[in-house]
Amino acid sequence: MKNMIKTDKLVFEYIRRDEEGNVEGITRAIDGVDLEVKPGQFIAILGHNGSGKSTLAKHFNALLYPTEGEVYVDGYNTEDDDHLWDIRQEAGMIFQNPDNQIIGQVVEEDVGFGPENMGVPTDEIWERVDESLKAVNMLQFRKSSPNHLSGGQKQRVSIAGVIAMHPKCIIMDEPTAMLDPNGRKDVIRAARALNDVEGITVILITHYMEEVVHADRVFVMDKGKVVMEGTPREIFSQVERLKELHLGVPQVTELAYELKKSGVPLPDGVLTREELVSELKKLAK
Amino acid sequence: MSIILDHVNYIYDEDTAMAHAALIDVNLNIPKGQFIGLIGHTGSGKSTLIQHMNGLVKPTSGTVYFDGKDISEQGYDKKSLRAKVGLVFQYPEHQLFETDCFKDVCFGPKNLGLSQKEVELRAYEALKQVGFDDEYFYQSPFDLSGGQKRRVAIAGVLAMKPEVLILDEPTAGLDPKGRDDILSLISALHKEMGITIILVSHSMEDVADYVDRIIVMNKGRVFLDDEPKNVFAHYKELEEIGLAAPQVTYVMQELAASGLNVDTNATTITEAKNEILKALGRC
Repeated sequence: MKNMIKTDKLVFEYIRRDEEGNVEGITRAIDGVDLEVKPGQFIAILGHNGSGKSTLAKHFNALLYPTEGEVYVDGYNTEDDDHLWDIRQEAGMIFQNPDNQIIGQVVEEDVGFGPENMGVPTDEIWERVDESLKAVNMLQFRKSSPNHLSGGQKQRVSIAGVIAMHPKCIIMDEPTAMLDPNGRKDVIRAARALNDVEGITVILITHYMEEVVHADRVFVMDKGKVVMEGTPREIFSQVERLKELHLGVPQVTELAYELKKSGVPLPDGVLTREELVSELKKLAK
Repeated sequence: MSIILDHVNYIYDEDTAMAHAALIDVNLNIPKGQFIGLIGHTGSGKSTLIQHMNGLVKPTSGTVYFDGKDISEQGYDKKSLRAKVGLVFQYPEHQLFETDCFKDVCFGPKNLGLSQKEVELRAYEALKQVGFDDEYFYQSPFDLSGGQKRRVAIAGVLAMKPEVLILDEPTAGLDPKGRDDILSLISALHKEMGITIILVSHSMEDVADYVDRIIVMNKGRVFLDDEPKNVFAHYKELEEIGLAAPQVTYVMQELAASGLNVDTNATTITEAKNEILKALGRC
């Protein structure tokens, strides 16, 4: 099967400059990353602040170009100018701050902005606005002003704006970092629905371990490298290793791990509270 | 030293078509030395509430007392109030502006009109309190990592020697290690210096390990105000208002419901572990 996204020995270097613009040094933000994302997968990328996650994500829709190595999006090399707009349309990006990515005065206008720029006929734009707002459960707000929405609602409008461009892949860079628990839940639910129902590939970058539990595959980054890769269960079985990398595990996983250390025979990498409760019930009998 | 809010109401854009109540009949007593978690979803009135505590916002009706004195009274010294009640806003690192970290932290005490020597002494102490290394003192704050920047910003408020420190979502956007570091720093300030702390947060998990008391705000009202375990016992109501108890609470409730003899008041991982070990007869 063709890869949705593939990176080949990707290296990215920043040049640091002082106030006069003299070069002070070079920082290697991405250091030899090889990864493959298959169409329809739900991928999570973890890593502490400064580990290179966001820099990596910006390569996935050609906002940044590799210093060395290659990035392919749906088979197109991101450095191939002829396909730049194909790439940007196929791989949509959602950023952390909902206020920075909404431009319309009315929700439906904002969602229609992307397809309008692609030259989609007007009738079809409205159809796309409808279906996209429906997909994120925001249709009842189509005539509202974005200023009157909560952070989670704004973030869902941003997602609708991306969906309206009919992307094959959505890259979300800490989309829930500025939201409250309800907003977080709604955004993650919307992302999972897109993945399940529409089959859109989702790449979720996050600090919240609970959001990772349902991913198909997890990549953990440190110092610009992918240092762990596997299913959530494989990743969260390695509690100590994650702590070394300045990360945590979901609270339930940690509780299970602590119990196991005290001699309770539980499996590795318990992910959900249903799992933990049913395992403990078995032991209590 | 205490803060008392007595029947405080606050209405935004009063007397206009946009008028809406942000605080409704809020009564709180915040005695010296407590570590309080202030929780509520977006728009619940948390931020409006903390802005009342150091006089940035004046109540529409009702009174805020600091040390027994009405802070809205004519001639009340608001400047010294703001030195005593330090407020660390959300994303405080966006407020850093000086050319180096040390100067940035000096800014607050300098504005209190202290001598240069005293200013520098306080800045030095504050940076040490937040565990900041000497070698970074003269670096531009903009070259630091997110967690480090936040430390510098907190030091800037500590240098004012506040008696009460209010932090609005101090862990937002940090990775788990950064989150733990900032929370243990705040806890140390509370333990070692006896500063009263009010920690505004979305996350019950974050506050459960540290605070003595949790105030839950909903639609401008104080919804719950109690010890963590008593607050989490209302986990169903918390869900209805868009919050959630820590995952551990749910696990304990479900275990108890399925007949295991565990105390559902356990709110931290350690407490839960001990309860489960006891119930399984393993200790």
